[in-house]
Amino acid sequence: MDQKTYRVSVRLKPSVLDPQGKTVAHALHALGFDEVQDVRIGKLIDLKLAADLPDDEVRSRIESMCQRLLANPVIEDFHLLEH
Amino acid sequence: MRVSVIVFPGSNCDHDALWAFERILGLKVSTVWHKDHDLRNPDLVFIPGGFSFGDYLRSGAIAQFSPIMTEVKDHYQKGGYVMGVCNGFQILCEMGILPGCLMKNRDLKFLCQDVNVRCESTRSPFTQGLQRGSVLNIPIAHGMGRYVADDETLAALEDHDQVVFRYCSDQGEIRAQDNPNGSMQAIAGISDESGRALGLMPHPERHVELELGTDDGLSLLNGLVEYLEQVPG
Repeated sequence: MDQKTYRVSVRLKPSVLDPQGKTVAHALHALGFDEVQDVRIGKLIDLKLAADLPDDEVRSRIESMCQRLLANPVIEDFHLLEH
Repeated sequence: MRVSVIVFPGSNCDHDALWAFERILGLKVSTVWHKDHDLRNPDLVFIPGGFSFGDYLRSGAIAQFSPIMTEVKDHYQKGGYVMGVCNGFQILCEMGILPGCLMKNRDLKFLCQDVNVRCESTRSPFTQGLQRGSVLNIPIAHGMGRYVADDETLAALEDHDQVVFRYCSDQGEIRAQDNPNGSMQAIAGISDESGRALGLMPHPERHVELELGTDDGLSLLNGLVEYLEQVPG
């Protein structure tokens, strides 16, 4: 069956502390990348979906996937990326 | 009192809970596999610690959709009691039964140590037998225990007396150095508004015999037992 890949980014909300990102920023400074001011780490999720669904339905179903499982709206934002 | 302990793939404190509730407190305990649909009619559902589904995606994110969780929600909505410890706390937050979220520890390390927590509220049936301000020494063992919520949620927790435990010194002082994981407002455990759901990161079921350090966990685990004995029906 034909399939199409959709890419979703899940990132911590700007207000949420990201200690992992802070640690990576420190490590980059240690390597001499002094221009690094901040690092935030998120997730990229590739979803392979059947290609026979209309585009607006795909979007609303991916949004539902994000709200119910892929992201936690308490701490994370999600976006369907164009690619 | 009957207790059902839910077991997920990756749960690892289910036997500690079984030992504490059955062997130490003498209660009738069932362990219930996450794919079952029969909760066995408990008064209390206990969601144990561990790494359900390998903590994939987020701690507790996948466990909330296991088949038995439909029955757990139903039990809770009909007035039943639910307690989640460690991964169980994370699952209750993911389910939306408790507000907020548990994130990676401030210093990124997995922490396995005894901590002191101060009882902040005796409103819930779980803690009605404790003294407000009393200090319990119980262990933590988690990598994702930093309690996070937005300002509005934190204010609501205070307004409704839902903060149940805070990390503290052995004298009960709230100091930055006693907050092991960077939890907001040093929160170690909270209840829902009704007081029927309790979630906490420290493991009371691991401190139930003096041979294991202290038996401070018993006073918490026994709280609901005492409460239900006093309440008719």
